[in-house]
Amino acid sequence: MVIPANPSPPELRSTQKVLEAQNLHLWRGDRHVLQGVSFRVSRGECLQITGSNGAGKTSLLRTLSGLMHPEEGQVLWNNHNIREDLQGFHADLAYIGHEPPLKIDLTAKENLHYWIGTRWALKPSDITESLERVGASTWSERPIRTLSAGQKRRVALAGLALMTVPVWLLDEPTTNLDREGQSLVGTLIEEHLERGGLAVAAIHHELSVRTTALRRLELARE
Amino acid sequence: MSDSIAQAATAVNGSFSDRARTPRSGLTAATLALTRDLRLAFRKRGQLIQPLVFFAIVTTLFPLAISPELSRLRDVAPGVLWVAALLSSQLALEFLFRDDAQDGTLEQYALSGQSLSGLLFAKTSAHWLLTGLPLALMAPLAGLSLGVPVGAVPGIVASVAVGSVALSLIGSMGAALTLGVKRSGALLSLLTLPLAMPVLIFGARATELAIKGESYGAPLELLGAVAVLGITLAPLATAAAVRVNLE
Repeated sequence: MVIPANPSPPELRSTQKVLEAQNLHLWRGDRHVLQGVSFRVSRGECLQITGSNGAGKTSLLRTLSGLMHPEEGQVLWNNHNIREDLQGFHADLAYIGHEPPLKIDLTAKENLHYWIGTRWALKPSDITESLERVGASTWSERPIRTLSAGQKRRVALAGLALMTVPVWLLDEPTTNLDREGQSLVGTLIEEHLERGGLAVAAIHHELSVRTTALRRLELARE
Repeated sequence: MSDSIAQAATAVNGSFSDRARTPRSGLTAATLALTRDLRLAFRKRGQLIQPLVFFAIVTTLFPLAISPELSRLRDVAPGVLWVAALLSSQLALEFLFRDDAQDGTLEQYALSGQSLSGLLFAKTSAHWLLTGLPLALMAPLAGLSLGVPVGAVPGIVASVAVGSVALSLIGSMGAALTLGVKRSGALLSLLTLPLAMPVLIFGARATELAIKGESYGAPLELLGAVAVLGITLAPLATAAAVRVNLE
């Protein structure tokens, strides 16, 4: 599972935003989940990770984020092992997991205020605009417990849109979304890439990203 | 994407430096984590009053079970108050990090670029504000029902307030260690109760001296020392345990 690195002049390496996985091996119990995964994603690129259930997509994303420690190999951010400055790497990272990180007893606006507000100073208008952007303004004042799974996902996307960081790691960001919502995910990723960001997304179906910078990595089950 | 397209796109949408938001300081982030927990707690009031109701029930039932004789109740009051306070603070511990682990909030805290120990300390502070502080305010009422003289009230409030800080911090470590365990209540108690013994001993001693009208400074200072030790070390241990559980 090795994707050849995009050729780039050595002198650019230090200034480019590059996320690199080098020979990642991860074991969960007696399962060898990641077997020497290597790739390189530069700014303006999106790596789509595919594979059957249990192939290790989530484990790979969690390893890239620094939540999981691989038994072998390393993750590099701008040519530095992320373990050298994990907090610094996390300041450049947005990660959305399987479940939208929302509190069911808070409204969508309150959730974004506390979730994104923990990282950056936000104006109320930032939150309102972001919710409008993802088509969530009509239910922004309702407690999350009253929303459907797709509506919750849109609120999470509003949070993602508020994060001005170069690295996006997205685990099934289109789950529970209708076709319009899926297309919105593609648009958000594309805009992120155009701003010079990079994304790694685990998505089963076709990602509606029009950019030519889309690459794919298929994980095979053990 | 070619360089020219990338530059054009950057001009339209703005680069990261153009759009960069002001990062939160660790203190502001921790304050937000604390206020969020307080807001959530007040929306789930049933869970909020559970430890207080338990404390009230235990301290009210003791006189019925032992004897209504005030001098006898006064003798057992320090033990009753402190055992009830200890068990009450344990009640809410199981839920300290559980919801946050399930809905991905802990993950977001760990990946926020903020100090995880700082954010978890804020959560533990919220736990103390919601259980320890109300227990400290309620303890004199329970004490009076056990025949404690009014003069002992400041000593009781001070010892329960300081002791409950230590209990919350010790409990946060246990709650973090047992995050991955279903129905972790028994294991949590097994882990935290031995560590809470000094708090129980010094707290009961301070309360006893306050009831007798003697100086309770020494045990109170020892309680304070345990609390300071907890403030210094517990958030680091809690953060390490949470990281292990997030793997």
